[in-house]
Amino acid sequence: MSDPILSLKGISKSFGPIEVLHDVDFELRPGEIHALIGENGAGKSTTMKILGGYIDATAGEVLWHGQPTHFPSSDEAEARGIVMIHQEFNLAEHLGVDQNVFLGREITRGWRLDHKAMRTRTAELLDRLECRVDPAVRVSGLSVPAKQMVEIAKALSRDLRVLIMDEPTAVLTERECEILFRQIERLRAKGVAILYTSHKLSEVTRLCDRVTVLRDGAMVRSAPVSDITEEEMAAAMVGRELSDLYPAKAVPRDEVLLEVENLSVPGVVESASLTLRRGEVLGLGGLVGSGRTEFAEALAGLRPREGRVRLMGEDLPASEVRTALQRGLVYLTEDRKGAGLLLDKGLRENLTLPLLERFGGPLIDRRAEEAALDRAIEEFAIRAPDRRMRVGNLSGGNQQKLLLAKTLLSDPQVILIDEPTRGIDIGTKQQIYALIAGLAAEGCAILVISSEMPELIGLASRVLVMHAGRITGALEGDDVTEGAIVRLAMGLDDNREGAAA
Amino acid sequence: MSMAPAQKISTPARRRIDLQVVGPIVALIALVLIGMALNSNFLSYANITNVLARSSFIGIIAVGMTFVITAGGLDLSVGSMAAFVAGLMILVMNLLTDRLGVTLPVIFAGVALALISGLVAGLINGLLITRVGIEAFIVTLGTMGIYRSLITWLADGGTLSLGFEMRELYRPVYYGGIAGISWPILAFVAVAIIGEIVMRHTAFGRHCAAIGSNERVARYSSIAVLRVRLATYVLLGVLVGFAVVMYVPRLGSASASTGLLWELEAIAAVIIGGTLLKGGFGRIWGTVVGVLILSLIGNILNLTDFVSPYLNGAIQGAVIILAVVLQRKGAADR
Repeated sequence: MSDPILSLKGISKSFGPIEVLHDVDFELRPGEIHALIGENGAGKSTTMKILGGYIDATAGEVLWHGQPTHFPSSDEAEARGIVMIHQEFNLAEHLGVDQNVFLGREITRGWRLDHKAMRTRTAELLDRLECRVDPAVRVSGLSVPAKQMVEIAKALSRDLRVLIMDEPTAVLTERECEILFRQIERLRAKGVAILYTSHKLSEVTRLCDRVTVLRDGAMVRSAPVSDITEEEMAAAMVGRELSDLYPAKAVPRDEVLLEVENLSVPGVVESASLTLRRGEVLGLGGLVGSGRTEFAEALAGLRPREGRVRLMGEDLPASEVRTALQRGLVYLTEDRKGAGLLLDKGLRENLTLPLLERFGGPLIDRRAEEAALDRAIEEFAIRAPDRRMRVGNLSGGNQQKLLLAKTLLSDPQVILIDEPTRGIDIGTKQQIYALIAGLAAEGCAILVISSEMPELIGLASRVLVMHAGRITGALEGDDVTEGAIVRLAMGLDDNREGAAA
Repeated sequence: MSMAPAQKISTPARRRIDLQVVGPIVALIALVLIGMALNSNFLSYANITNVLARSSFIGIIAVGMTFVITAGGLDLSVGSMAAFVAGLMILVMNLLTDRLGVTLPVIFAGVALALISGLVAGLINGLLITRVGIEAFIVTLGTMGIYRSLITWLADGGTLSLGFEMRELYRPVYYGGIAGISWPILAFVAVAIIGEIVMRHTAFGRHCAAIGSNERVARYSSIAVLRVRLATYVLLGVLVGFAVVMYVPRLGSASASTGLLWELEAIAAVIIGGTLLKGGFGRIWGTVVGVLILSLIGNILNLTDFVSPYLNGAIQGAVIILAVVLQRKGAADR
């Protein structure tokens, strides 16, 4: 085994009175993929930021090739070949792909930019990633996975020694993940030291050499991946044995709450139909970009649509978010930070935003709001160090719980949930699954959109799959398997049931 | 993180002094102290009344501007709009005086006209921004030029004046008052108090902040984003009309230089008061403090020969930049 290139020794980190890391040792070796896992708030991000030179530790040492070192800034770290790929992309939206890849390190000929060379190099890098994106297009027009690929291409374009990846697969589909894994493995073969984080333990087993588990800011376990099972990892993360991740499925009743006939969103969704019964959890699968999000947004009135939607027997007008909410249909967005929560506001303001009229008028009754927040914190087990804190400083899992509380505040009957557990630790996932099953048992009708197949299989009694804007099939009972979903999602089984569902 | 230590830190209130809250107030107090030290007349009833009454026009407009900026917008046209509305009001009142004589109904008609034309002007700005989808900066830059040119044209390059007798009748609206406090000051106070309540305690104020903070989140939270945004411009237009109602009896005239640079002074007051220029957070009381700071600077320079009054703009400019620097710091500390 080679010597560590970058390591942490006895690192502790406090933000004010809160200690988020306590005496952490961590080593990255050339040619090794080291997974760092833990629940949200366990200290993974802080560890990565210390390694990447973004923040300083309160105590302990950072070692570079065994020598104590200090990076005054992330630029210093990058100069030594330490690159961190963030969950939130660091891309200039209005610049082209090639301009982004070479941002700050432009290739020049004399005093002029060498556009041609940069474009060719970018095309080569994207080619290696099997990513079919034109280097000349603007980043703002790219899909989320494509942006991720651009970030990775950017990292690849440097002299890379250490690569730190913060949940790179959270926004990728399984196929895109495979491409990414091949790239990561190629980098490993070239002797790059890689830190990999993910909430998907199967990825850790599939890809990584060594795994370190953090819990409440302390290291609880570090072992070669071959010596530890996924169950043991999960148990180490949560600190207890996880019983069944998925609760028992509720039994759908006969009453139809939502009927959709030939819904189309120009250019994205083509005549999709479905029925949703009281007490039913219906899964909606498909690749990112297959139109599932747009379908749900159109139902909720967030996008213009054609076709007929009947909610509890009455026609629901198009493009009226407010009406949908008042009639009992809500949509929980997949884009928690961009469309779900006001990150610079507090918990209370976020919770009551869609339903302020319920909290007095013309003046808002702040006490009623606080009471509602009390209930939400208790009911959804939201962990906030300070209830006046900005929502952006909450961990991802707690943000998601707050978003759920906000969306469910109006006691809706039909709930469309897009990616219920993206970027969330396994303990919180379990809570959210239980919540979804509980809502169904109480008589709500729920549509769950997810890229995670186990989630669809574990939660839904019936699964629809979309491909290129069409619903390509419906699976029920024992037919709901990963293989069947993938085939439909890839458009391989088009002739099976037609567009009917 | 476990629950136990988390709860421990939630009880004590924020110990750190919030520079953003205290900053403008400290600056205002400092200005008052400087004014007192430099001139004994500074705190005289006449001077204070004069300063407050003159700042009430910009103040009333700045309250409306706070809503616009909080919701992520901007309005550069308010100065020109005020001049145009004032000119229109004077023209119509003069015409009506010919028919109805020097009577109160003429004043009521003038007031109604000012409010309605302010509303319509705000509506035009708002519709162009929300329905046609042009950026606020561009729309209001355009209407700023249009209104400025219209008032110049209406006045034929000179001055539009209210008839002499009419001016006498209307005069008390600026110079009169109750309990020694003049009407414009009372109007400003009323607008500010109502504005503060609306901003902090109503759904409309909350929605403005939400839209300015993240328009997408607001839309996904079933807020009628376009309607709220339109309402901010209409509200500002009405307040411009209201400011004109207070302004016209002061001089009884309007010209091409009426309301010149009011828009920038109003925006500056909003920013000095701690409202974020990019939107998402606004506070009316801060705007009031900002208006007072700007007018006190001018007043102190006029009262003393310490610094030339011609440097008024330079000092105001420095204060604006300083306020934004402090805002940045505050944001970084959070």
